[in-house]
Amino acid sequence: MGMTMAEKIIASAAGVESVRAGDIHTVELDRLMSNDGTTHLTIDMYHQKLKHPRIADIRKLVWIIDHNIPADSPKTAASHKKMRDFARAHEIDFWEGKGVCHQIMMENYVRPGELIFGADSHTCTYGALGAFGTGVGCTDYLYAMVTGKSWLLVPETIRFNLKGKLPEGVYARDLILTIIGKIGANGANYKVMEFVGEGMKSLAMDDRIAICNLCVEAGAKTALMEVDEIAMEYLKARGREPKVSVQSDADAVFTEEYTFDLCQIVSIVAKPDFVDAVVPAEEALGVKIDEAFLGSCNNGRLSDLRVGAMILKGRKVHPHVRFLVVPASQEVYEAALAEGLIGIFMEAGAIVMNPNCSVCWGSCQGVIGAGEVLISTGTRNFKGRAGHPDSKVYLASAATVTASAAAGEIMTADRLKA
Amino acid sequence: MGQTIIEKIIARNTGMDTVKPGDIVTVQVDRVMIHDIFIPFVAEKFEEMGFTKIWDPDKAVLIYDHLVPASQVEDTRHFRIGDAFAEKYGMNNVHRSDGICHQLMTEAGYVKPGNVVFGTDSHTTTYGCVGAFSSGIGYTEMASILGTGTMWIKVPETIRVVIEGTLPSNVTSKDMILRLIGDLGADGATYRALEFAGDTVEAMSVSSRMTMANMAVECGAKCALFTPDEKTEEYCGISLTDAERGLVGDADAAYCREIRYQAEELVPVLACPSQVDHIEPVSKLAGTKIDQVFIGSCTNGRLEDLMMAASILKGKRVAPYVKLIVTPASRLIYQQAVGNGTMEILSKAGAVITHPGCGLCCGRTGGILSDGERVVATNNRNFLGRMGTSKVEIYLASPATAAASALTGTIMEPEACRL
Amino acid sequence: MAETFTARVWVLGDDIDTDIIIPTEYLALKTIDDMKQYAFSPLCPELAAQIRPGDVIVAGKNFGCGSSREQAPEIIKALGIRCVIAKSFARIFFRNAINNGLLLVENPTLRDAVSEGDEVQVELGRAILHQGKEYRIASLPQNLRDIINAGGLVKAMRRRNGLD
Repeated sequence: MGMTMAEKIIASAAGVESVRAGDIHTVELDRLMSNDGTTHLTIDMYHQKLKHPRIADIRKLVWIIDHNIPADSPKTAASHKKMRDFARAHEIDFWEGKGVCHQIMMENYVRPGELIFGADSHTCTYGALGAFGTGVGCTDYLYAMVTGKSWLLVPETIRFNLKGKLPEGVYARDLILTIIGKIGANGANYKVMEFVGEGMKSLAMDDRIAICNLCVEAGAKTALMEVDEIAMEYLKARGREPKVSVQSDADAVFTEEYTFDLCQIVSIVAKPDFVDAVVPAEEALGVKIDEAFLGSCNNGRLSDLRVGAMILKGRKVHPHVRFLVVPASQEVYEAALAEGLIGIFMEAGAIVMNPNCSVCWGSCQGVIGAGEVLISTGTRNFKGRAGHPDSKVYLASAATVTASAAAGEIMTADRLKA
Repeated sequence: MGQTIIEKIIARNTGMDTVKPGDIVTVQVDRVMIHDIFIPFVAEKFEEMGFTKIWDPDKAVLIYDHLVPASQVEDTRHFRIGDAFAEKYGMNNVHRSDGICHQLMTEAGYVKPGNVVFGTDSHTTTYGCVGAFSSGIGYTEMASILGTGTMWIKVPETIRVVIEGTLPSNVTSKDMILRLIGDLGADGATYRALEFAGDTVEAMSVSSRMTMANMAVECGAKCALFTPDEKTEEYCGISLTDAERGLVGDADAAYCREIRYQAEELVPVLACPSQVDHIEPVSKLAGTKIDQVFIGSCTNGRLEDLMMAASILKGKRVAPYVKLIVTPASRLIYQQAVGNGTMEILSKAGAVITHPGCGLCCGRTGGILSDGERVVATNNRNFLGRMGTSKVEIYLASPATAAASALTGTIMEPEACRL
Repeated sequence: MAETFTARVWVLGDDIDTDIIIPTEYLALKTIDDMKQYAFSPLCPELAAQIRPGDVIVAGKNFGCGSSREQAPEIIKALGIRCVIAKSFARIFFRNAINNGLLLVENPTLRDAVSEGDEVQVELGRAILHQGKEYRIASLPQNLRDIINAGGLVKAMRRRNGLD
């Protein structure tokens, strides 16, 4: 019986010929990413709970400060200092203020075929480059850090066949929200979401990253995509080669298969308080908003900023809306600067912040207050996610978010008045 | 007998021929500035006082800057109250994310030479850079001005500060004002007006004068004053009247003190933890390890400051494990810095660039530090606990010193910063 | 005001700035009562809880320097401090205190003579008595006495607007 992409990657990491869904294997990890959400806890455990603290392979570690930067309290500052001092002492690759962790990983590290643990749930992002990335807690992370290995339950795979091409004004975010809406917030629990089909050809890297990134919101362990010319071009431009490019065998077994015709996808909004509470955007029109957010590991890339700038050019942000625009990395920021996009956002009255998790994380930058409404390109809209428990978050595409920021209420780009 | 600048402004404003220090007079207020952090209190006191309308809504300006972007859930309450107050009382001059209050007041043309202006922030002395009498007050006082359009003041004595000569290439107006504060002490100018003159001052840009007027409150001054000239005309987009041109201290005016400086003798300096008047030459502390640099604030967040930093950082990178946070003082400055390539230089050097606002200076967010950390900052205060715990050391400096220090990760004297 | 009172003394140094009196991070708390527990926290975190109504603060020069935050004198008043006696006051703090009815008195030498916990007797407009010695103090100007007599600026304005 053939293997799925996920099974092949795990088999290779376990040093065995083949694996089957349901097996548990000990695997060698290629990369271990941790951010300022939990690294200080990992460090505490490293010092306090281990008889013989050691790190199996320093070169595998990547530590990134992205959630609370610039620091918002002495407590945050102390946790950053702990992380920074440890990274410095052990010569761990350390990125502070350079961008959101998953964006840094995609720009600088991820290679097809790798098995990556990240101490952050959206580690599933790396499937856009055919790598198996999955989120773990700080204890699992510590174990992997010390041994270079971990145990892994081989997940089943759900296959998504993509056909056609997204219509004008409809984006990858609308597609993945539609998929999550269809299968539900538990629809892919513990499973791999594998995306294939001729529809993939119409999806650029930014689109693929957006799709894989959100899969954890359907409960997925990870997401995977095949490595085609588009992915290879992205890799080559960054001077990287695949570890190995895999595809699911023709006789691999999938638990479910879905087909999505991209031509049928429409602009989508995920209503409060659930990512799968998905409706066509036109059903949410007119809801007054207080804040809008364009950014995050899901939609903070150059193509997203281009969409936003195109809509906002010559327009102003509504006077009663706070529109935060936050590029996902320094690289994205500089490219946006060079293309004149940042200038357009500033001219329109947006609030442009340094690359970081910002409003999506909802902890210290652009938080919303009691009774306020946010429309966001972030990953989650759970109750209280962006600030006060009595606030509401709608998730939508960069286009819908930007149009709403101009209108002062939920609005799609095609309906926005000149 | 001749008059000082502040005496001339107050006399003209009150319609008297002359005034003298110690006189208690009532001035007609030309403009007021209220910012986000205190608007809820101003609004409450205004209504508690029983006022039903603002004396002249066009003379009031409401600016959100300390809380942009909101870092705590309760911050947005200030925006809601501010917006509601502005709407109820017909205020149209509202800036919700355009930058720091003191930058906007002159940049957006709200203050002209000879104006009498009050604001709910101590650094309201800043507008003296264009020859206005401007000073900080509390929110209760502001509420009474909103209702009456007037305020009682005691005419202050004036300390005249004369600076002559050419500044060395690595010395800025920030070093000059820090030196003065060190010489006068934190209360050396309490209740007094600081009047600046001399060819060094005349050669300074309005932006550089702004830095000095901004920090005047740190030696206790009521206000700072610079004579309006052609640079003021260009900055404000006006043509000066004779009266405005005449806002210069008369040769026979009475000053309580005169201090003179020779510009060539000045050196780059720092205000050391934790007092603004604890001044030392940068060279004395060179080599001290630092963790962070902050370039921004109403003191030194202008285009001239960003460009000064960029000229030092160009083609180089901030030292490893050191953070450089850059927060421009206004939206316009940010756009100008984008347009002339300054932002690109700063980003490529590794700067963390945030939206225009008070940022780290007011110490609520924006780069807070913890025990044992050191920051070199271009803002105006380094009080204990200002930017984190009371075991954080804050050194105030010019943008040139700050940029040079960011490169080495240690306190560093800049080589040159002439643009 | 021919007023005399006796009070317990808390001693503070020179240049006590408004960031020490109330750090910026607490300024978005809703009420003065919410904030007052954090008064002086960067310098002496235990002080606020120990102050009893009727106590006085005796401080060095330039008390209240720094920002214009009016919460500074409001909080000192809310803690029950009867008056602040200092070598000198920063000017914005001075105005804000008068506007809130917080009594301020200047004397150049008392600070060097007192210790924490001492008792002083204050005769407004005349002198402060401490351990048998007299320290002369002046009256405030009439216009400021008017504001304090009205109960602060808010009450003065209410009267002007025909309320109360």
